[in-house]
Amino acid sequence: MQESEYILEMNHISKSFPGVKALDDVTFKVRRGVVHALMGENGAGKSTLMKCAFGLYHPNEGEIQFDGQPIRLVDTRDALNYGIAMIHQELQPIRTRSTMENVWVGRIPYRKMMGIHWVDDQKLYSDTKKLLDELEININPRTKAGSLSASHCQLLEIARAVSYDAKVIIMDEPTSSLTEAESELLFKIIKKLTDKGVAIIYISHKIDEILEIAQDVTIMRDGKIVGTWPAEALNTDVIVKRMVGREMSNRFPTKNHVPGEICLEIKNFSSANPHSFQNVSLSLHKGEILGIGGLVGAQRTELVESIFGLRRIKEGQLLLHGKETCISKPEDAISNNIALVTEDRRLSGIISKFSVMENIILANQTANPNVYKSGFFLDDRKRRADAEKYVDALSIKTPSIKTIIQYLSGGNQQKTVISRWMLIDPEILILDEPTRGIDVGAKYEIYCLMEQMAMEGKAIIMISSEMPELLGMSDRIAVMCEGRLSGVLDSKTATDEKIMFLASSYQYSMEE
Amino acid sequence: MENSKKYSLRFILENYALYIIMALMILIIGMMSPKFFSLRVLRDILMQSSTRIIVAMGCMFILVSGSADLSGGRTVGLAAVVAGSLAQKSDYYIKFWPNLPEMPVIVPLIAAILIGLMVGLANGFSVAKLKVPSFLATLGWMMVAYGANCLYSNKPPNNSQPLGGFLKPFTDLGTASFLSVPYIIFIAIGVCIAVHILLTKTCLGREIFAAGSNSEAARVSGINVFKIQMITFAIAGACYGLAGCLEAARTGSATSTYGNGYEMDAIASCIVGGCSLTGGVGNVFGVFFGVLIFNVINYGLTFIGLSSYWQYVVKGLIIIFAVSIDMRKYHRND
Repeated sequence: MQESEYILEMNHISKSFPGVKALDDVTFKVRRGVVHALMGENGAGKSTLMKCAFGLYHPNEGEIQFDGQPIRLVDTRDALNYGIAMIHQELQPIRTRSTMENVWVGRIPYRKMMGIHWVDDQKLYSDTKKLLDELEININPRTKAGSLSASHCQLLEIARAVSYDAKVIIMDEPTSSLTEAESELLFKIIKKLTDKGVAIIYISHKIDEILEIAQDVTIMRDGKIVGTWPAEALNTDVIVKRMVGREMSNRFPTKNHVPGEICLEIKNFSSANPHSFQNVSLSLHKGEILGIGGLVGAQRTELVESIFGLRRIKEGQLLLHGKETCISKPEDAISNNIALVTEDRRLSGIISKFSVMENIILANQTANPNVYKSGFFLDDRKRRADAEKYVDALSIKTPSIKTIIQYLSGGNQQKTVISRWMLIDPEILILDEPTRGIDVGAKYEIYCLMEQMAMEGKAIIMISSEMPELLGMSDRIAVMCEGRLSGVLDSKTATDEKIMFLASSYQYSMEE
Repeated sequence: MENSKKYSLRFILENYALYIIMALMILIIGMMSPKFFSLRVLRDILMQSSTRIIVAMGCMFILVSGSADLSGGRTVGLAAVVAGSLAQKSDYYIKFWPNLPEMPVIVPLIAAILIGLMVGLANGFSVAKLKVPSFLATLGWMMVAYGANCLYSNKPPNNSQPLGGFLKPFTDLGTASFLSVPYIIFIAIGVCIAVHILLTKTCLGREIFAAGSNSEAARVSGINVFKIQMITFAIAGACYGLAGCLEAARTGSATSTYGNGYEMDAIASCIVGGCSLTGGVGNVFGVFFGVLIFNVINYGLTFIGLSSYWQYVVKGLIIIFAVSIDMRKYHRND
């Protein structure tokens, strides 16, 4: 039998959803043992294509070949049996069970005795241990999955994929919740896998990352393939241009805003949770963008959620325009013109069953119900007018404002959540990882929005795990480590190294 | 062409399957017994449905807000007995409160609603403040309500006998008609309209939907989820109270077993009518129809002389069928 050059071929795939043609005659081929990056803006069809390859979606047209043989994938079990595995963030481990059970779930080794299948705990442990050792993943197989960090969960998923003896592993934004050090570990593991002949399909928005690890790059736009190139032939500018289909001169808008007087100050903020942040003091100026950097687990989210009244503090003062203010619940924060775009869009951002319109006006309708009423009842015209204004202003791509938000791409969902808060006209806007999982074009639009709001004198706090974003957008960068503020840098003089040093400084001091 | 045709047939089946089944059932029953097509039958079915509709409306609030409520049936029973005990003629031979004067009909009505409201607030507090999962909180209060009802009914001189001998204005509430349409139907439809307006046209309604589909996002957006849960349980309780009072008025009697099983029927009607157990979905028309389909089965099968035990079999199958259709609809994107 002649061995095909490609391990996975997807030929002329088309897939439609009601009202949307998500994939239009897509042909995508993956060579053996390479990292093949799949790129494109959100909504370009990357995830849909991969879901077709993994048996989650069934294409309307086209065929899939694996190892030169046409295959039909009814469900994910079929895909796994062929040796196609997918790792995506939405797939959470079973938190209450151990790592080893998570790896082998559905295929737990057993011994047969008296006609009953008994779990073979020893084999389960040793198989898992062997697998993890091979990949140099440092997790105890007996650790409960719920107590693993986000990065370890990711590695657990990879171990599971490998345990299926996968020939193709699809990774959908594996590093979006990882720190740079953790990403490096992931890349090492990817290298090891490709050396063994495993092909990796790697979806990411992080261009640097892709240029570092990928051999082939395929770019998609609007449900079609733009092209496939060897990575050496590409650079950041070319990739961005091909993804968005237009020239992108800058990744960040020029800073024109000028910080003014102090509008928010926290003093000795300590969380009610002893394992969270302690003794943090910070100030925020009008018209300033304050970045907060740090590693995952630095308690940055916990800090801003406490400022917003979502979490309790044990002690500490919060001063708004020099006046001590008590914020114990989100309503208090909102009535003091503080807004928060949370980190997890699906969990605490969008209301997925609501329309775009209802998602946009949600906060304002609660804070100022009278704006939307005529008499006793809600007035649809007023609600629609506000929603339409922001859909236009932020160029949210949606068929209509009545479209249910879960059908929008991640970037457009994020813009919807941001417009929800712009509508209450906040003085202080807190953005927690505002561009996570968002494509380059939408990112730039969000940066421009931030710049524009800072120009209007609004104060912005931005948590970000992406160095270029922190350095490119912030005026000052506060760096946290293990619940403590380890330093505040001026972005003019800050560098990657300085931030990384501060972000891990408490770790160093603990090790000494 | 072929494809779009298939799609549209499937679309019709998925979206109108229940209506089609109901139409078919009515047709079959009508063919077996043509007298089924009469205004009297329609009126009877609507009258029987009316209290169930009000209970289901209450239940829908709870489902939309993302909780479950098992206390509905026993709250109906408690409210029925309390209302009945306050609406007896002074010359009735075992009057519950022998020294109580005859009171206007508004008194038992208000009392029943207040009783329901109290159970609702207890439910709401347990769920929203004490963070007891709603299934368990309402199971607990269901038992408390039933126990309280038994204790109350057992008070001498009543000693757990059925309450009867209600005043005419009270029984009129459940039996008298205006233009040959019973008041009770007007009341049920009035409740439906009020609930529809509340859920779709007011801020409160939209906040209930928001809290029901993603309470965390709602909380971040400044919605007081505690308040929303208290309000939804209170409204539901008030609905149960009203239904209890009307049930006593319609049947001219009340015992501690009244309302038994209504909560399950109400939940089933809501689900069949398109509510989601995970919250955030539901509409008045669907639930109204859900109640109606069960009562058509009840009435229709008896009408053609089938054993009433068959009703349970048919009802059970309809629930399974309706939910499986709904599931297909939601997973259509595969």
